[in-house]
Amino acid sequence: MNTKQDQALSIAGVDYQSRLIIGSGKYQSFEENLAALQTSGAQMITVAIRRVNLGQNKDEPNLLDVISPDEYTILPNTAGCYTAEDAVRTCRLARELLDGHKLVKLEVLGDQKTLYPNVTETIVAAEELVADGFDVMVYTSDDPLIAKRLEEIGCVAVMPLGAPIGSGLGIRNPYNIRLILENASVPIIVDAGVGTASDASIAMELGCDGVLMNTAIAEARQPVLMASAMKKAVEAGREAFLAGRMPRRLYASASSPLDGTIG
Amino acid sequence: MDLKVNGNLHRLEGGDTLSELLQQLAITEGRFAVEVNGEIIPKSQHHEYKLHDKDAVEIVRAIGGG
Repeated sequence: MNTKQDQALSIAGVDYQSRLIIGSGKYQSFEENLAALQTSGAQMITVAIRRVNLGQNKDEPNLLDVISPDEYTILPNTAGCYTAEDAVRTCRLARELLDGHKLVKLEVLGDQKTLYPNVTETIVAAEELVADGFDVMVYTSDDPLIAKRLEEIGCVAVMPLGAPIGSGLGIRNPYNIRLILENASVPIIVDAGVGTASDASIAMELGCDGVLMNTAIAEARQPVLMASAMKKAVEAGREAFLAGRMPRRLYASASSPLDGTIG
Repeated sequence: MDLKVNGNLHRLEGGDTLSELLQQLAITEGRFAVEVNGEIIPKSQHHEYKLHDKDAVEIVRAIGGG
């Protein structure tokens, strides 16, 4: 088949064959999460950093015992942080927890109802983390100017939302995502908003370098089956982008030759 | 001594190092990270790190999240 070989997604010097990144929140069990991860083909998975529950059962399994940092790239996030200070502190704890691991997902939230990113605090945190040697994948709004600013600070990937976290509303402003893509020289990954497979395809058809999703898989009635759908959707969208879609026309254009019709 | 561990008061007796506190809390296995008064204490220093009365200790781990 005469197809152009796709390049790997390269983030902070590491090549990933999969352009899908999944989360580890809201699953019924670690085992279900692992099955979804394996089925999705994702090579990177986000985790949250939280206080140890003191007095918990000592034998209670740990997420990282089930999903091994030796097999997958663990992407610690700063979910739940509302200030740059808390986000930077969380990243430093994650680095200690993961033996010096430098790749983090920065998100600084603005308010609890929308979980919309606080971009001014995000910029402050990004500057501090980059200066401290972190490789920062940054969650942000779909504002093209802010996306460019975060790239200039030195973030290794910029991750605009398609819609609010956990909303499943899809890519609400594809034109802004296109504007971000036009100016970008780091990977652009849609993070948040994907609800079903077609949303992931749309993100990839726009030319995004990848898609990060959690709830769309974890809250599906059958998460592992949805993980399979998302793997295909991301691949299909990527291939459609590379193939280049036909132009849109207002009127029909016959697919069969007009010459030689009977009568 | 009286410490604040993950936001809760905790009395540490019969020891004064960070690793003694962690042993008392049965946090010895797996991946975790520790901060004392906002400063990260690397694992390699847990044995010799001396705690003081009123220190604020945070112990974190990775959990599911998006």
